[in-house]
Amino acid sequence: MTQVTLIQAINQGLRQAMKTDPDVVLMGEDIGVNGGVFRATDGLYKEFGEARVIDTPLSENGIVGMAIGMALYGLKPVAEIQFMDFIYPAFDQIVNEAAKFRYRSGGQFPCHVVIRTPFGGGIRGGLYHSQSTEQLFASTPGLKVVIPSTPADAKGLLLTAIHDEEDPVIFLEPKRIYRTATGEVPEGDHRIPFGKARVVKEGSDVTVVSYGAMVPQSLQAVNAVEKMGVHAELIDLRTLVPLDYETVLRSVEKTGRAVIVHEASKFAGFGAELSAIISERALYHLKAPILRIAGYDTPFPYALENLYLPSVDRIARGIERTATAT
Amino acid sequence: MLRALKLMVTGRVADERSVNLQRQGRIGFYVQMDGQEAAQVGCGLALEPEDWVVPAYRELGVALARGVPLQTLFDQFYANSNDENKGRQMPTHYGYRAYRYVTASSPVGTQIIHAVGLGMAARYKGEKSVTVPFFGDGATSSSDFHAGLNFAGVYNAPVVFFCQNNGWAISLPREKQTRSKTLAGKAEAYGIRGVQVDGNDFAAVYRVVQEARERAVSGEGPTLVEALTYRMGSHSTSDDPTRYRSTAEVASWKQKDPIERLARDLIARGWITEDQFEALQEAARAEVQAAIQTAEQTPPTSPDTLFTDVFKSNPSYVEEQRAELSELVREGVVKP
Ligand SMILES: Cc1ncc(C[n+]2csc(CCOP(=O)(O)OP(=O)(O)O)c2C)c(N)n1
Ligand SMILES: [Mg+2]
Repeated sequence: MTQVTLIQAINQGLRQAMKTDPDVVLMGEDIGVNGGVFRATDGLYKEFGEARVIDTPLSENGIVGMAIGMALYGLKPVAEIQFMDFIYPAFDQIVNEAAKFRYRSGGQFPCHVVIRTPFGGGIRGGLYHSQSTEQLFASTPGLKVVIPSTPADAKGLLLTAIHDEEDPVIFLEPKRIYRTATGEVPEGDHRIPFGKARVVKEGSDVTVVSYGAMVPQSLQAVNAVEKMGVHAELIDLRTLVPLDYETVLRSVEKTGRAVIVHEASKFAGFGAELSAIISERALYHLKAPILRIAGYDTPFPYALENLYLPSVDRIARGIERTATAT
Repeated sequence: MLRALKLMVTGRVADERSVNLQRQGRIGFYVQMDGQEAAQVGCGLALEPEDWVVPAYRELGVALARGVPLQTLFDQFYANSNDENKGRQMPTHYGYRAYRYVTASSPVGTQIIHAVGLGMAARYKGEKSVTVPFFGDGATSSSDFHAGLNFAGVYNAPVVFFCQNNGWAISLPREKQTRSKTLAGKAEAYGIRGVQVDGNDFAAVYRVVQEARERAVSGEGPTLVEALTYRMGSHSTSDDPTRYRSTAEVASWKQKDPIERLARDLIARGWITEDQFEALQEAARAEVQAAIQTAEQTPPTSPDTLFTDVFKSNPSYVEEQRAELSELVREGVVKP
């Protein structure tokens, strides 16, 4: 196995899916000839042709709406939204249509669309090339929400989304680590099931729950506090919906302390859900208040993004304080 | 005309320097208007101070024509403490209320319908002005383009829709954006007037916009202007156009360079000399250099601005975060 980047793993996953199943089609802005602005679809237009790699006009509701139509017919469309910041024109199609087709038709019309989109900050993208609004989708019943943090997971979760799922999947790609997250990726048809979190590092003193680009960031923080004698356990959720309650709760029961890290803004963010679950189901195990480390409750800034995003030092300080709070 | 040439040249120089600043890591990002100077300055100069401009992210020429000082713009590119937008947005995404130049966002097309609201508000208040949204060929596929033109038609709003068809929406050529023969032709479906104009011909753009403006303020209805032009450079500093378009196409448009065209025309008429054209370019370079120097010497945005302007006044939990951050900065846990 060779080392690949997260974006290359996505590219491999798409190619693999298209090779094994002729019903897989891609659509999005600049994904064909240009290979995607981040090169996720590099080479696929050449290999599979314009009937399967469809460059669309500039319309996100058009992209998702068309993908929904194809899914209703029985194809397996994988739509790309160029940046998560531009997904909102398609919000109606996603929330009112994709998420509700199965339910409103009594199960007759499942809507298996996969919507991939790069998200998150750290690339000096300012307000509109940095947003993390996974909570909007996670709180919509009917949508599955996936966020890989390693190349192997990216490929495995993507192939599961395309082949095994029969529901709409919002597949969020942490673009900040597109090229910095590298690792070995299994060849061929590699799949990772939804709803199974990954324990990145075991520890006994405090549980750190994260996902996406904040996983490598948190790992650095966990390694830093280890030098001070704090042994933190780091969990990468992989999928927000479905959520792996068990892995989170088992860990918190063991450590009695929980830190949640995400870059999305804090108020009513996904961390609030995690915090609620831990309080509801593991309160008697807690030895310290749950801590959420998140983006601040402001729009995503341009000049000050380094202050906005949870830094390694900010996370480390939070872990250390939670681990030692009495 | 001379003023137009000066603005176009200044814009070109500012663009070229900014792209280089981005390459050198001195600014974070840049979108150039390269090749679209006549369309932008032509439209910008045809407007009056009381008119409203609702731009996209590529409208340097319009900003200059509105009178926004170069220094103000470079302060924004540097996101420094003099940036009136307080470092909140990527370079080229700015707004200046004093010039009735509305703050630009990245999402394509959203501003088109805002223009209709502004125009209707101005009319309601008895003001004789027009509102001009700027957008590209790609934006004509957005839902807000549809909403904008439809509403403008229904309410006969005093709006001049200014579409710069520069041939490309990142990698998507105009022919693949819509099957419509022309973009101006789309106006017909909304019952409004549509006009196509050579966007590299300053005088033609100026005339067309001036006429559309007259009609709009006198109640004769909105116009969709399609300015045919070309994006000479990359989409942005993040883009590599060699992946999707031929150098021959770019070269053929180079022959139609709007600045060369206007300069040649003015020289032929004897309005300026070759030497004066040279001097004008030299002056622009000096002016841009001075703005860069000042912007670079200006201190960065202060960390505390992260929390201002979220609301008029913050809820308590945001103020708590503000206090937390200033503690983290004080203790050196986070660095700006
Ligand atoms: C809603 C939305 N979708 C996608 C993008 C990404 N994007 C930025 S500019 C652009 C192309 C715009 O083309 P056009 O409207 O012709 O304007 P131009 O850039 O050529 O001036 C795209 C797809 C965006 N900014 N907003
Ligand atoms: Mg264009």
